[in-house]
Amino acid sequence: MATVKKQPARNKIRNAVKAPRKPARPKLPPKAANAGGAVYADERKLRPTAAIVPPQSVAGRALTLVVAIMSFLACLTIGAVSIVWDAADAWQNDLVREVTIQIRPADGVDMIREIDKAVALTQEFAGVGSVRALSDEETKALLQPWLGEGLDLESLPVPRLIEVSIDDPSALDLNQLRQALERQVSGASLDDHSIWTSRLSAMAGAVVIAGFAIMALVMASMVLSVVFATQAAMAGNKDVVSVLHFVGAEDSFIAREFQRHFLLLGLKGGVTGGAVASLCFVLLDMFTRETAGQASSDQLSALFGTVSVSLPGYLGVVGIVFLVAVLTALTSGLAVKAHLAKAD
Amino acid sequence: MIRFENVGLRYGMGPEILRDLTFQIEPQSFQFLTGPSGAGKTSLIRLLFMSLRPTRGLIRVFDRDLSVISKQELPELRRKIGVVFQDFRLLDHLTTYENVALPLRVLGKEESDYRADVIELLKWVGLGDRMHVLPPVLSGGEKQRAAIARALITRPDMLLADEPTGNVDPPLARRLLRLFIELNKLGTSVVIATHDIALLEQVDARRMVLADGRLSIFD
Repeated sequence: MATVKKQPARNKIRNAVKAPRKPARPKLPPKAANAGGAVYADERKLRPTAAIVPPQSVAGRALTLVVAIMSFLACLTIGAVSIVWDAADAWQNDLVREVTIQIRPADGVDMIREIDKAVALTQEFAGVGSVRALSDEETKALLQPWLGEGLDLESLPVPRLIEVSIDDPSALDLNQLRQALERQVSGASLDDHSIWTSRLSAMAGAVVIAGFAIMALVMASMVLSVVFATQAAMAGNKDVVSVLHFVGAEDSFIAREFQRHFLLLGLKGGVTGGAVASLCFVLLDMFTRETAGQASSDQLSALFGTVSVSLPGYLGVVGIVFLVAVLTALTSGLAVKAHLAKAD
Repeated sequence: MIRFENVGLRYGMGPEILRDLTFQIEPQSFQFLTGPSGAGKTSLIRLLFMSLRPTRGLIRVFDRDLSVISKQELPELRRKIGVVFQDFRLLDHLTTYENVALPLRVLGKEESDYRADVIELLKWVGLGDRMHVLPPVLSGGEKQRAAIARALITRPDMLLADEPTGNVDPPLARRLLRLFIELNKLGTSVVIATHDIALLEQVDARRMVLADGRLSIFD
């Protein structure tokens, strides 16, 4: 144990003159001397504890903007996927709920009788709603663009159509109906639009897959930006990291300190991007409603119905905001840990 | 507490700057580490603090062989050692109070639990009225005392101080020295690296002298 040496008298006098007027022998405060909860006047002046990693040292606005743009693009993709999905669903529903029976004319066959027979037969099937043969006028109207007016249906071998609307597609056995018609009604065939529906669902599926692929790419670029930004933040906070190490901080503690900033940054960027995207969806909806009736808008409506993002689309936007924040925080945490492991 | 056996250290492919160091730091001991500038005092302090690994020899820290201590175990051991660096290493964006409280935050303690202790310690080192100030505003001596307070706040088993009086005038140096002695009396082992002869003369303590990479010990 150390002891202070006795100093010569002259030294003592010199030191006494130079020494500041402070307590000569400071006593180390007993451990937890104030555990009783005594309130100091100084305590009232204490500011809320500052973050260990200074927020301004973590790439701020530029990265927030990058995250906001990425989240905006991801939300737009989700919106587009939602519109296409809804439209494809609507097309498919309409097509599935309607089939057409075609009766081709043949020598010695009474068309009217065959039509009546087909109508009666179809009506017997479960799940069938209304069955209606197209009238002569309707058939003439259908052919009028090609064959002109004043068409005599009796003189031409024109196939006739029966429109069948289906109430419950799951109850109707289309194959059985097709076989019954072909067996009992001469020249009858059933068109159930199955080729169209399969093509539509394939197209919608492709659009959805493409949408998710674009979203994955956008997210991957965001993750890479966050990795670079984290590495820059680590390099900029080298001193902080070294001080944290020598006061005994574990890598996970250091990672959490960085992660906290990136989570906040991700939330800010994600919410901004999501909010702007949602605003775009609302504006698009309003625009298509206002321009309804104009040629260009009608073309769009014919394809997609009302061009508006449905509730799942908006839920997707919320999901993207959440995903962006979590991804940003997780990525930065992992990047810090990887950096610390490499630095050792 | 800490034992070195034939420890050698070289940086990269350079010459060996510390050679055959064999010594022991006993619990509750007080020693000076001295030697000319560039003799390797800071490197030895870094070895003692486990921020460097020796190129040869054996180091036992708190009865553990350093060569088998994993990276994950280092923080736990480092918490038992307080370090005062020559350049203070205070974080400029944190107030004096926050800097001193940093080791307790790292331990996951609640601010309300340690507030009184930190304020008490700051008063003890004479920084009671400077606790709300950021380090760039502090004088050299005040920074030094803040760095010492940060090293002491967790009541470590050992205190390593690298030139702790290098930036202060003689009266303050003596005051800081008394502070270390007081701490030593309370049970902490103290190692002070210094080339300040005046400081050495004031205390009758063990001296470890580094010269040409070799260590001589004068008990």
